[in-house]
Amino acid sequence: MSVTQTPFRVAVLDPDAERPSGLKDGQGRAAGRRFDVYRNNVAVSLSEALEAAFPVIRKLVGEENFKILASAFLRAHPPCTPLMMFYGAEMPEFLGDFGPTRGTGYLSDVARLELALRESYHAADADPVDPTALQALPAEDLMQSTITLAPSVRVIRSEWPVYSIWRYNTEADAPKPVMAAEDVLIARPELDPAPHLLPSGGGTFVAALSDGQLFGAAVEIATNASETFDLGAVLALLIETEAMTKIGD
Amino acid sequence: MLDASNHQFDRLPNKPGVGYKPQHFTAITENAGAVEWLEIHAENYMGDGGRPIAQLRHLAERFAFSVHGVGLSIGGEGPLDPDHLARLKHLVGWLNPASFSEHLAWSTHESAFLNDLLPLPYTESTLARVADHIDELQDTVGRQMLLENPSSYLAFEESTLDETEFLREVADRTGCGLLLDVNNVFVSATNLDTDPRSYIDAFPLDLVQEIHLGGHDEDKDDHGAPLLIDSHGREIADPVWALFEYTIRRGGARPTLIEWDNDVPEWPMLEAEAQRAATMLETAIT
Repeated sequence: MSVTQTPFRVAVLDPDAERPSGLKDGQGRAAGRRFDVYRNNVAVSLSEALEAAFPVIRKLVGEENFKILASAFLRAHPPCTPLMMFYGAEMPEFLGDFGPTRGTGYLSDVARLELALRESYHAADADPVDPTALQALPAEDLMQSTITLAPSVRVIRSEWPVYSIWRYNTEADAPKPVMAAEDVLIARPELDPAPHLLPSGGGTFVAALSDGQLFGAAVEIATNASETFDLGAVLALLIETEAMTKIGD
Repeated sequence: MLDASNHQFDRLPNKPGVGYKPQHFTAITENAGAVEWLEIHAENYMGDGGRPIAQLRHLAERFAFSVHGVGLSIGGEGPLDPDHLARLKHLVGWLNPASFSEHLAWSTHESAFLNDLLPLPYTESTLARVADHIDELQDTVGRQMLLENPSSYLAFEESTLDETEFLREVADRTGCGLLLDVNNVFVSATNLDTDPRSYIDAFPLDLVQEIHLGGHDEDKDDHGAPLLIDSHGREIADPVWALFEYTIRRGGARPTLIEWDNDVPEWPMLEAEAQRAATMLETAIT
């Protein structure tokens, strides 16, 4: 009989599913647990890809719980492309729905941060704007300009202290997180992406620039959103992290 | 974008290469020892930029490269993924590797990519499908590919062709070359109670442009019979070295890759495996 790839696929992902028939060993006997080599290869390789993608989530929930989580995730969301570097995009939503993690709201945002770091790592290279050129630009011209952000830049806006949680779990001497909303800028000067805490209103401002708003309009949007918006501090951070690649069209 | 395509590496030398791991970047650039070329898994270099691409551009100045795809699903029942074909074309286009290869296996079905090399039966109908997919790949990428023999843990009742016949016929129909994984030969022969040397004897060695060697793990099946797993996570086993020696005595030296993808060791240990292959390759008739 012919084994089609549909039952094979189903059984590879689900250890409770019946193994496909029509498979044998060298003596002509039913293949039995030989099929489980494939099951194991698939489950282990996908779990390892998730461990590599979400080291902080793994630390937060614990290794054993992460194994359970990964095994449920890979069955619900097998990869849809062979690019394992981007596997796990559905993790933030999954953490929000998955019984054991549903009550821990910040996990989804930490997962978004980890995904953004990985996207940044693989994003296209681009030369940053020359800070002296930026300083030489008359203020009125700057206000009427759009700003192109580097392809490796990401902004994560969270109701949770997502940056502090990330740091606390990756740096030895980081302070304990305290409850606060945090916006995070991820940028990649050279080749190593890193998250940075955005000052008040910074998330709104960078998101507006990213949406193609003129610099002046983005300042207005951010000032309206946050009374303590500090343009100088945000601009200094964008320059320091080489987050801008072009001023004007 | 820097174009690496003007380098001189038209083909892999009949010497050892290794699967490139980023943690070995500094060691390789300082002293590659017996290692004369490098292989990458295509899918790990399909990002837009950053460190992986930067390292690859740097190394491509000094080493011949083999691009080894692990995700196209040539043996799949469905059509090849046009997006993935385009990504392969792009990578092979800018890197211009000395060799380009994929597997006789499937990994994608109904839009799920399973990240493993899954087996297919050997019949006239699967032969026609695989040949069509290879034609499409070679037409898209614009160059010859090498097709690799799989490691088998089981066989299909419906198979009507031997694996060696199947591979020979695919190469005949499509003009593709072959990649002979000697560890896979040993693993499959052990798992399916066949003789690995007879497999080598039946294999069209004149079509082989690259050899793979890797480590395997040992398990047992339901009947207590040995079940070898192609794990790429340890040294190459002695009987695999012996089978490699047998192969190159018959067919001559070929570019030979040491594959070590899991529990990757420090560079000196990997280089020592390459050195062992180099010694054997030197004594083979080329």
